[in-house]
Amino acid sequence: MTVALEPVAAKPQTPFQRIVSDFCENRLAVFGLVLVVLSIFVAAAAPLISTQNPFDIAGLDLLDAKSPPGTMSSDGKITYWLGTDGQARDMMSAIFYGMRISLFVGFVSVLAALAIGVVVGLVAAYAGGRTDAFLMRIVDIMLSFPAILVALILLSVLGKGIDKVLIALILVQWAYFARAARGAALVERNKEYVEAATCLALPPWRIVFRHMLPNCMPSLIVIATITLARAIALEATLSFLGVGVPVTQPSLGMLISNGFEFLLSGSYWISFFPGVALAIAIIGINLAGDHLRDVLNPRNLR
Amino acid sequence: MIVYIIRRLMQAALVMVVMSVLVFAGIYLIGDPVLMMISPDASELEREAVRKALHLDLPMWQQYLLFVNDALHGNFGKSFLAGQPAMGLIFERFPATLELAFASLVLSLAIGLPLGVYAGLRPHTAGSKTIMTGSILGFSLPNFWVGLMLIMVFAVLLPDLVPGWPRLPASGRGATVDVLGVKLSFLTGDGLLHLLLPAVTLSLYKGALIVRLARATAREVLPMDYVKFARAKGLSERRIVGVHVLKNIMIPIATVSGLEFGQTVAFAVVTETIFSWPGVGKLLIDSILLLDRPVVVAYLVIIVFFFVALNLVVDLLYSVLDPRVRLESRAT
Repeated sequence: MTVALEPVAAKPQTPFQRIVSDFCENRLAVFGLVLVVLSIFVAAAAPLISTQNPFDIAGLDLLDAKSPPGTMSSDGKITYWLGTDGQARDMMSAIFYGMRISLFVGFVSVLAALAIGVVVGLVAAYAGGRTDAFLMRIVDIMLSFPAILVALILLSVLGKGIDKVLIALILVQWAYFARAARGAALVERNKEYVEAATCLALPPWRIVFRHMLPNCMPSLIVIATITLARAIALEATLSFLGVGVPVTQPSLGMLISNGFEFLLSGSYWISFFPGVALAIAIIGINLAGDHLRDVLNPRNLR
Repeated sequence: MIVYIIRRLMQAALVMVVMSVLVFAGIYLIGDPVLMMISPDASELEREAVRKALHLDLPMWQQYLLFVNDALHGNFGKSFLAGQPAMGLIFERFPATLELAFASLVLSLAIGLPLGVYAGLRPHTAGSKTIMTGSILGFSLPNFWVGLMLIMVFAVLLPDLVPGWPRLPASGRGATVDVLGVKLSFLTGDGLLHLLLPAVTLSLYKGALIVRLARATAREVLPMDYVKFARAKGLSERRIVGVHVLKNIMIPIATVSGLEFGQTVAFAVVTETIFSWPGVGKLLIDSILLLDRPVVVAYLVIIVFFFVALNLVVDLLYSVLDPRVRLESRAT
């Protein structure tokens, strides 16, 4: 808040520039953003920067199984900087590929849940009355059950697979966005620009999606970042419990789960490093999202 | 108030019917439990006999009606695997889960509340900033991974590396005491040790939540007139914070703790799996993985009931703690 009170720089800023400069003022948030960018880079460039393809079973040498971090492979070609797991997979490569799956599941599920939630929330807010009451009752019921429990039950019915994890995550997340979008839209609905648009006899869908939606976006973006972190953690948890991704496509949660059985015998690295990678991605998103909330706060948008 | 409660109860009943249909239909669609239960070399005739004994040969809607009829009599059928009534199996395991959830609730309040209030009273000190950053860690670190790391440090590495360091148990409940037929761990030293790591793991997320909530509420309450008035009266800082501020912080804390208690019970599924804690969560995971249909369905019906009851209790508690809520509901 003190930022707003300081004399404004002589050059007029666009809102976007203001958001960027406000965001960069918090070092912790920038650090979070760096972590997020790093995670995305690692995920995107996984095939290029990995020393080994962890999905290629023919390339694995079982003699190297459970090597501690820093060991040379038995053929002397590569160094296992983070050790290997029970199937002699290089942990670093497995983490890069695992990050890919974790982030993919997180981003896709949040975007889909956002789309569904926005439509439901805006329709409820604009229509009001019975439609609103009915839709919000469903949302209330969805939100009264813990996400992990609903996802667990859904997956026990659907079975394993990335597509199924996506379905489960979308189903448990859309309600957050629906409630938030409705809340934001109810505020917008009584504003003058909506009245003006109504007077111009614009069709309802145009008023809702062209005029109201952009004004609801700041709060939805903040919720999306928090939900993204939660989605990634939830997918990891489900995979850890054995109902998430299949063994052939190990996400970070699956890798941690694989290391669980070796933990008590002292091979800590199989669980430890995938967890660190997961934590880096989630902490980055949370740190950046936490500050993004302050920056995008409508009270700060003058 | 009575109308409100009745309306809530009716809504709850509807939710339970819808959930039971969905779950039953969903579970029906997957796998054949008979294949999991009988050895592969059993003859077709034996298989048919088992199928008949479990009513799996009836059409789906008849199975559902059979299930509803039994459920209304508190009978969810026998577990396919244990052969015991599913309901009994769940209630047998419930105390362990409740004990774990309560222990983590107490831990998170005991740690989270003082830290949060401190951060709210002195928001600009280094200590407060450390607490707030730490709370982001509590949110962000994957809970199950923290559990594994606690096992690694306190049950494997430290006892191995430091001679004489006590090795904390990482699985099971330890010694239990029977109190009115319910087994409790926290009354024995061994049980308490077994409870320690799972409870800490489970309390991290909620502790972080309580820190943030207590801080936010404290900052909201401090500029209020009655706090200023108390200061003007010359009351000691201890009394102002301990009585006037804390009382008002407790309202949202009680609500969130109550609502989060359900989340904790649900999330105990993960903690129980890691620490082999013999609660309902572990039972659920095992039953899902082994397609033990009656147990999964019974668990769901009970948990839905549990959540609906919990939400109602929290609402009522809220109106007791905050007189304004009572007045509003009377006015409408």
